[in-house]
Amino acid sequence: MKRILVAIKRVVDYNVRIRVKPDGSGVITDGVKMSINPFDEIALEEALRLKEKGIVEEVLAVSIGPADCQQQLRTALAMGADRAILVQTDAVIEPLDAARIFRALCERESPLLAILGKQAIDDDCSQTGQMLAALWGRPQATFASKVEINGEVARVTREVDAGLETIEVDLPAVITTDLRLNEPRYVKLPDIMKAKKKPLDTLEPGALGVTPVERLKPVKFEPPPVRSKGVMVKDTQELIDALRRKGLA
Amino acid sequence: MNRILIVAEHDGSRLNPAIAKCVTCARGIPDAEITVAVFAADPSAVAADAAAVAGVDRVVTVTHPIHANALAAAIAPQLTELAAAYTHVFGPSTTFGKDLMPRVAALLEAPQVSDLMAVESATRFRRPIYASNAITTVETVAGSKVVATIRIASFEAAGVSVAPAPIEATTVAALPATHTRFISVSSARSDRPDLQTAAKVVSGGRALASADNFGILFKLADKMGAAVGASRAAVDAGYAANDMQVGQTGKIIAPELYLAFGISGAIQHLTGIKDAKTIVAINKDPEAPIFEVADIGLVGDLFQVVPELERLLG
Repeated sequence: MKRILVAIKRVVDYNVRIRVKPDGSGVITDGVKMSINPFDEIALEEALRLKEKGIVEEVLAVSIGPADCQQQLRTALAMGADRAILVQTDAVIEPLDAARIFRALCERESPLLAILGKQAIDDDCSQTGQMLAALWGRPQATFASKVEINGEVARVTREVDAGLETIEVDLPAVITTDLRLNEPRYVKLPDIMKAKKKPLDTLEPGALGVTPVERLKPVKFEPPPVRSKGVMVKDTQELIDALRRKGLA
Repeated sequence: MNRILIVAEHDGSRLNPAIAKCVTCARGIPDAEITVAVFAADPSAVAADAAAVAGVDRVVTVTHPIHANALAAAIAPQLTELAAAYTHVFGPSTTFGKDLMPRVAALLEAPQVSDLMAVESATRFRRPIYASNAITTVETVAGSKVVATIRIASFEAAGVSVAPAPIEATTVAALPATHTRFISVSSARSDRPDLQTAAKVVSGGRALASADNFGILFKLADKMGAAVGASRAAVDAGYAANDMQVGQTGKIIAPELYLAFGISGAIQHLTGIKDAKTIVAINKDPEAPIFEVADIGLVGDLFQVVPELERLLG
């Protein structure tokens, strides 16, 4: 069966104002709203659209993390994923180990595409998709804003610093999504009920031959420096005077 | 001795200015020896640029026709092979570096420090997380290579060297992957300064209300010698091109002067401008969050202020 594997990361909702713990040991995540990483929602939407076009028959949503990630996988199933796998662990999973886990699943599930968000909005690493492509020995098309599948190849338009770049990759391949690839659909209530009956399997990283390793030790967390309060000017002339005093006009 | 390999970003003829900033970052590592690697179809001009950056000890070139366009899948296996002799492998935190470096890190089985913003030691670094709402200090484990993308807004460019570094052509056994092919790139090339390195940036938000209206910002920018940026809202609405987006998922910039017109100041936008020396905000809404970070604020209608500025700056 032709399928797409989609990565779903549980992250602090993008509307939450992040605060660093007073002892600098991390950021406060207790009691804050958690959601699917927005770029992963875009990844899932793209997979669902490719399924609706008849290019694949199945969309598999995969998350890595604690048992609570089931909530985000249920949302993914409600959006339209056919089945889900939670690779359950309470360990901190660095991008390289996440990539190892996805690689093991790609070898087991043989997807046509693995689609991941271009970055997670918590650690902002932007690594896992590229690492998966390297370990899996397959092409990568990162920061995608348009995806076309033609038989054995995908033509992907990428958002790069210079503008829009188009590349062609042999399948299977890894795609990471940029913001303007699509607008994810809203979940409808009946779909939430239906999603409860869809399969959600749980397994441990060890079952995929992966033992998480700490390679980057977090030493401390700090709030960012605060910019000092500026001045308000009344009109354009005052603005120009203020710029001239700073030697900027 | 810390041996640092920096991969050169270039367009085939010029070295990207981000690399001189990566060199400054690398010089912050104690006892550093710095090599710049150029992968190109014809590396001569880019290698000469790299050799002239102060602090660079050596430039190595790998020539292959596939490197006429930068493809991560083509560069990664060759860069990985070169990296064997180095302790650190750096690239810029641009779309080029963000695409390439994790692929290299995975092949090296090394951790990557993304958006490295400060060096504390050869193994300890600071980087932003949560859209720069927190800064974390990380330490790499002993014996591991360090792969990093360098947050270029955090470093000044290294100057020009009086004595250029030696350039060596080298060959690698690893073949570039051919499963990835470059088709085309479309960019609105202009004579305006590059957004990521411009000293002055004029930027517009959704309040511009149309792509045509962005024209008034381009006129002002041309008068000031500034680059033009945009908020995510303006890009999403189709008023500005994607390569103009400033913010967490767009470009992170550090100009001397940032003029924000009709930009409300969403957190993800502020992430992209925090390192600007002077932020000026012009917005009709006195409650707009951008005023909390602005050094100079003006509550007013941009459609009135922009032409006035253009006239008065004359």
